Amino acid sequence: MNVNAADREAGSAPVERLGFEAEPTGLEIRDLTITYNTEGGPLDTVRNVSLSIAPGEIYGLVGESGSGKTTLARGVVQYLARNGRIKGGNIVLDGVDLLTMTKPEMRQVWGSNITMVHQDPFRSVNPSMPVGGQIAEMARIHLGMAKAEARQKAEEMLTQVRMPDPSTVARRYAHQLSGGQLQRVLIAIALTTNPRLLIMDEPTTALDVTTEAVILDLVRDLLSEYQTAVLYITHNLGVVARLCHRVGVIYAGEMMEQGPVRKVFKEMLHPYTLGLLGSVPRVDVDKRDIVLNTIPGYIPQPDNLPTGCIFAPRCLGAEEACRAARPPLVEADGGSGHLTACWRWQAVRQGPQEFAQTPDKREYREPTTEDIVLEVSQVKKYFPVSRVPFWDLLRGRRPVVRAVDDISIRVRKSFTVGIVGESGCGKTTLARCIAGLEKATAGEILLEGVKLRPSVAQRPADQLKKIQMVFQNPDASLNPQHTVGSSVARPLALLRKLSRRQIQQRLEQLFQAVNLPKDYIARLPHEISGGEKQRVAIARAFATDPTLMICDEPISSLDVSVQASLMNMLMELQDTKGTSYLFISHDLAAVRHLSSWIAVIYLGRLWEIGSALDVFKPPQHPYTEALLSALPIPDPDARQNRIRLHGDVPSAVNIPTGCRFHPRCPRKIGPICEQEEPPWHDDGHWHRICCHIPLEELAEKQKVGDNL
Amino acid sequence: MAEPEIKTVKKRRPLAARWRRLRRYPATLIGFFIVGFFLLMALIGPLVAPYGYSDQEMSVRFQPPSRQHLLGTDRFGRDVFSRILVGSRDVYVVAGSGALLAVLLGLTLGLIAGYFGGIVDEILMRLIDVLLAIPPLLLAMIVLFTLGGSRMNVILVVGILYIPMVARVVRSVVLDLKTRQFVEAAKLRGESSLYIMFREIFPNVLPPLAVEASMRFSYAIFLVASLGFLGLGVQPPSPDWGLMVGEARNYFSQAQWALLAPAGAMAVLVVGVGFMSDGLRRMLLPGGVSQ
Repeated sequence: MNVNAADREAGSAPVERLGFEAEPTGLEIRDLTITYNTEGGPLDTVRNVSLSIAPGEIYGLVGESGSGKTTLARGVVQYLARNGRIKGGNIVLDGVDLLTMTKPEMRQVWGSNITMVHQDPFRSVNPSMPVGGQIAEMARIHLGMAKAEARQKAEEMLTQVRMPDPSTVARRYAHQLSGGQLQRVLIAIALTTNPRLLIMDEPTTALDVTTEAVILDLVRDLLSEYQTAVLYITHNLGVVARLCHRVGVIYAGEMMEQGPVRKVFKEMLHPYTLGLLGSVPRVDVDKRDIVLNTIPGYIPQPDNLPTGCIFAPRCLGAEEACRAARPPLVEADGGSGHLTACWRWQAVRQGPQEFAQTPDKREYREPTTEDIVLEVSQVKKYFPVSRVPFWDLLRGRRPVVRAVDDISIRVRKSFTVGIVGESGCGKTTLARCIAGLEKATAGEILLEGVKLRPSVAQRPADQLKKIQMVFQNPDASLNPQHTVGSSVARPLALLRKLSRRQIQQRLEQLFQAVNLPKDYIARLPHEISGGEKQRVAIARAFATDPTLMICDEPISSLDVSVQASLMNMLMELQDTKGTSYLFISHDLAAVRHLSSWIAVIYLGRLWEIGSALDVFKPPQHPYTEALLSALPIPDPDARQNRIRLHGDVPSAVNIPTGCRFHPRCPRKIGPICEQEEPPWHDDGHWHRICCHIPLEELAEKQKVGDNL
Repeated sequence: MAEPEIKTVKKRRPLAARWRRLRRYPATLIGFFIVGFFLLMALIGPLVAPYGYSDQEMSVRFQPPSRQHLLGTDRFGRDVFSRILVGSRDVYVVAGSGALLAVLLGLTLGLIAGYFGGIVDEILMRLIDVLLAIPPLLLAMIVLFTLGGSRMNVILVVGILYIPMVARVVRSVVLDLKTRQFVEAAKLRGESSLYIMFREIFPNVLPPLAVEASMRFSYAIFLVASLGFLGLGVQPPSPDWGLMVGEARNYFSQAQWALLAPAGAMAVLVVGVGFMSDGLRRMLLPGGVSQ
């Protein structure tokens, strides 16, 4: 259904001259090759990529970083960096070859016929202009509307993207809106002109999983009303499974596999797709003791490509023929639309085990027997609000941000406790309090029964040795001016007082333990990749043989195959060294895969704690349930309840009364939720939930798949 | 999604190799050449200059540029070319030391203010604001009138005047660096504040500091010249370039070259320092040439 036929006509005056066909036929890319001129000569970063997107279809393009997916998108809109150019192929949109267009013609196409939604909503919105004005601007420029009309159109678009109270939001500035709201504004801007092609480049990557779910629902429902061809770029296989009709898997600038989502996810015909899907931990599978599949090696650099199949060096099933010549992209079964660029696709279909590393099993241990290593009891961390209204100051009121508000957690020896929650829930602050990087306002932190001083500066050396931390951003966690070896050696010298020879020995052991070659010791951080930096950071943390390791989102910024190998490594190190982990992440699947215990945090307080298996099945706290149902699972057939949290996490300055979760709770039962703090329920198996609804009732509601 | 996993084949790149890659930037090379040339002259100028810098020869007053006098002569018949060569020593010694003094003091203040923050930061930065509020020439005149226009005093004036700029730059860089996780990792293993400031943070301040230092040097060249021009700084017959411009102004109609030559030398050197500074930053940044 074409809801905006009138708009297209209004905006189509210049379009007619450009020769677009009135009835959309979609996007057709043939043999596209994009070249960058670099110091070392021209580099083809995207090679012979062909794909087509029908009107109204959402095409998912997945690939790891460096695979050329963003370059491809920029090539389509001809918005490449100055040293980039399109070397060959053609791009046809609704009957018009975009490559024959002149710059001024292209400028008419941008915005009116092709629009884009980018990853970071905060950087894509003009901070000094109300968001409504930015939508209206699109309508004025590309649809030729008058001011008042455009303003009305802006509100109409905001209503379409289901923004509550659109007329108020239209007058707001970017800083007054949350990430999810801004992304909705950007989608509204992109759809204002009813474009023929919409490119979405990782639009939900910067958002929380709960917000992501809402945006994905919106995109899917909204676009079904449009005749727009959508190119959806992402690294998240779960998002593709939930949203897209067809999918293309791109690797090192070439298309590996392409086809309908169900075909590619269920009957993959390329070892790379197999490897990618195998490296994602799953929440809907009951096996937790499995070691994740990984893809050995690295993406080849564009100036050093293998002559045969580009995936052959990393492929477990590569044969002579694979190394000899590049396999063409062929259709597997006539008419299925399922294409693969693999010589041995029939073998992949018949025996995928040959192409995947056999998953090892981990020994399962009862997670309740070991000694308690860390005991956090009733810890609070309040930050003073930096800008207080003068009136409040006069009345002697000093509001505080209650980042962590009364949390107690225990960590047992050689087990992992995972902490999950949306961003801003206080999970990182809690970790920093335990590490001593922030001084806890109240509460006690005991390490092996000994009370710790609140600040790291006051803790004696033997306590420092025992708690180490791995940080989120690998680029910031190593000093760019020191060799990675000296970064790892320093704690050895400082805390363990080893001699130079012992240090060298220990360094080599540590690098071996994190699977890095010895010659890496002399490298500088900029000479290694993000995943390798994180390995060095882990080696540094292990240098002092800590009893407790705090991992603050250590894998979130890495590619899935790298994530998998790091998770495997962390588990292996835990098995050999007996270290306890406090693993903080917003990625539920990763947390569930790594942890024996899981704690769910919202607005600075704990709501559910239990073994990883219990937390992920009913009875669950309604918040846990919502988090889980929002999680995109890389399986098009996965059955999930559709529970969505609307609105944003309230500010930790004005915390809601009663149950803190009540304003967003999908299972709110009545005024009791607003007035009284909920009690803790214990099911007797170390599984505790804080909610007004009794456990039996929760279990009952959640079991029947009550979709509210 | 961040780093592409394709960086594995690169090798460690020592300073010499960085220099090799730098040669691709012609502006940087020109900068290094100009600064190097004047530095050489500062060292061996008196040996290679065709005439003594204060040799007066009244018979050849106001000579235009010729083969005997490449840049002509001034009103005392002194060879302008020789004076410029020898004068470059004053430029490096006075402006250079002044800039260096400012960089050292500014660096220390900036590191302390930025790293400790809070009340320490507040006090130091307000003091620096006070320094910024004084008109530079006024301060220079007060100091030099009361203490006399010796080289030492000019260096002191330059040093004090440029502390605020350096301190502010260093502080802003430190404010960013101290929140990085490698600093937190250092705290977690119990490093002292001194170690963190000088071993973890300082090396990362160097690249922007090199740019700031070059800029201070350029400004100092002008400031020293201005003081010389006003007769406040180094006294005659010293071949200070500013002083030369100041003197030549009085007989510009007879000998334009006596004014244009030192002014031109100054301009060339300042441009050269500017060209060099960007290359210097690239050299100090790890992997910087390609960044």
